[in-house]
Amino acid sequence: MNGIHDMGGMQGFGRVIYEHDEPVFHDIWEGRLYGISRMIGHYSIFAPNGMRFALEHIDPAVYLTSSYYERWLLVIEQALIEKGHLSLEALNERTEFFRVNPEASPPRRDDPEALERFINALPLWQSPNRDVDVEPQFSVGDPVKSLNINPSGHTRLPRYVRGKHGAIAKYHGVHDFQDSVPERSGSDPQPVYSVRFEGSELWGESAEQNQSLYVDMWESYLERA
Amino acid sequence: MSGVHDGNHHPEPEAYAASRTKALESLLIEKGLVASDVLDGIVHAFEQDIGPLNGAKVVARAWVNPEYRRRLLEEGTEAIAEMGFKSGQGAEIVVLENTPMVHNVVVCTLCSCYPWAVLGLPPTWYKSAAYRARMVLEPRTVLGEFGLELDDSVEVRVWDSTADVRYMVLPEQPSGTDDSSEDALVQLVSRDSMIGVARVKNPAETS
Repeated sequence: MNGIHDMGGMQGFGRVIYEHDEPVFHDIWEGRLYGISRMIGHYSIFAPNGMRFALEHIDPAVYLTSSYYERWLLVIEQALIEKGHLSLEALNERTEFFRVNPEASPPRRDDPEALERFINALPLWQSPNRDVDVEPQFSVGDPVKSLNINPSGHTRLPRYVRGKHGAIAKYHGVHDFQDSVPERSGSDPQPVYSVRFEGSELWGESAEQNQSLYVDMWESYLERA
Repeated sequence: MSGVHDGNHHPEPEAYAASRTKALESLLIEKGLVASDVLDGIVHAFEQDIGPLNGAKVVARAWVNPEYRRRLLEEGTEAIAEMGFKSGQGAEIVVLENTPMVHNVVVCTLCSCYPWAVLGLPPTWYKSAAYRARMVLEPRTVLGEFGLELDDSVEVRVWDSTADVRYMVLPEQPSGTDDSSEDALVQLVSRDSMIGVARVKNPAETS
């Protein structure tokens, strides 16, 4: 979707604010929320890439004025409620309890077997490569043009590269097409390429000197140029 | 941060998000959907174990070992796995070589995709609107704000992580470190140099 998340090329955000030696989590709640997101993923509260799509749907004003993990909190609680794991009433009530009792902590329930499973699973690698018989249409060096598509669903083709001329720079193999996964059935595996664009092609006369951009694209984003 | 205690004053009211997350955690614990020790374990893993030191070791090895460097540039995920670092989620890691003529830098304009297996979780600035919006538009200017000035003759390549490939920069080895041990080199490699917003400095050569 042409959402607020699709930020490449926007102006007006000012300097990048750099925090020296910043902690991984700025508050205890961020770490707990990150942990929650990892644990509940396998209850399928989100389809694959569904969390990204949910983040993209956040109201633009809320998106821009919330922190990264505040956005996660929004979509995670929403998904849990939608899937029937929680009620909004219970969540509101419990939030109020912790608001008036800031010293209180959540109850503890340990699950040593789950912990062991998690530790063992952490280093396992799931390759995005799909073992399907799909021939890549393009080769390194081929001139291509990215399509001007504007789907309302989830897409990984940013606005700033749509309808632009580039060249195939790398071939990455066949991966599930992310655009189709949250909403449609089937994973639609397709060849994925890094496509090189010259800065001047994307930004015109105001482009900086000697700049190129490499954007990863599934084959259905591209046509031969 | 949670409230500061100051004598008889009441603690500061906790941020809404902190109360909300505690509420979420407590309800999920009660429903048996999450476990406390697993949450502890996840936080610990990302605060202590999985971080840029992984990537620094990969870079240092590539600097001292040309065969490893070749493998790293050809098949990043596998070469990184040789060092014991594996990317859990479905992603491949491609390593980009910085040279005197080509400077690579990585961004995810759409969200926050990052090679966490070698760098840990991304810093706030990498996920910020300013970085995501501007790095593809005016990389030299943004790099200049980071303190990295590049001559116009150096090609700047910006990699937008839009799919399931994650990118890590192999920075140039700083001059005067050819005789350094691999362990000493690990200490020099910063997270920022592996994203591409900084060079690796030889501390002996900086004032």
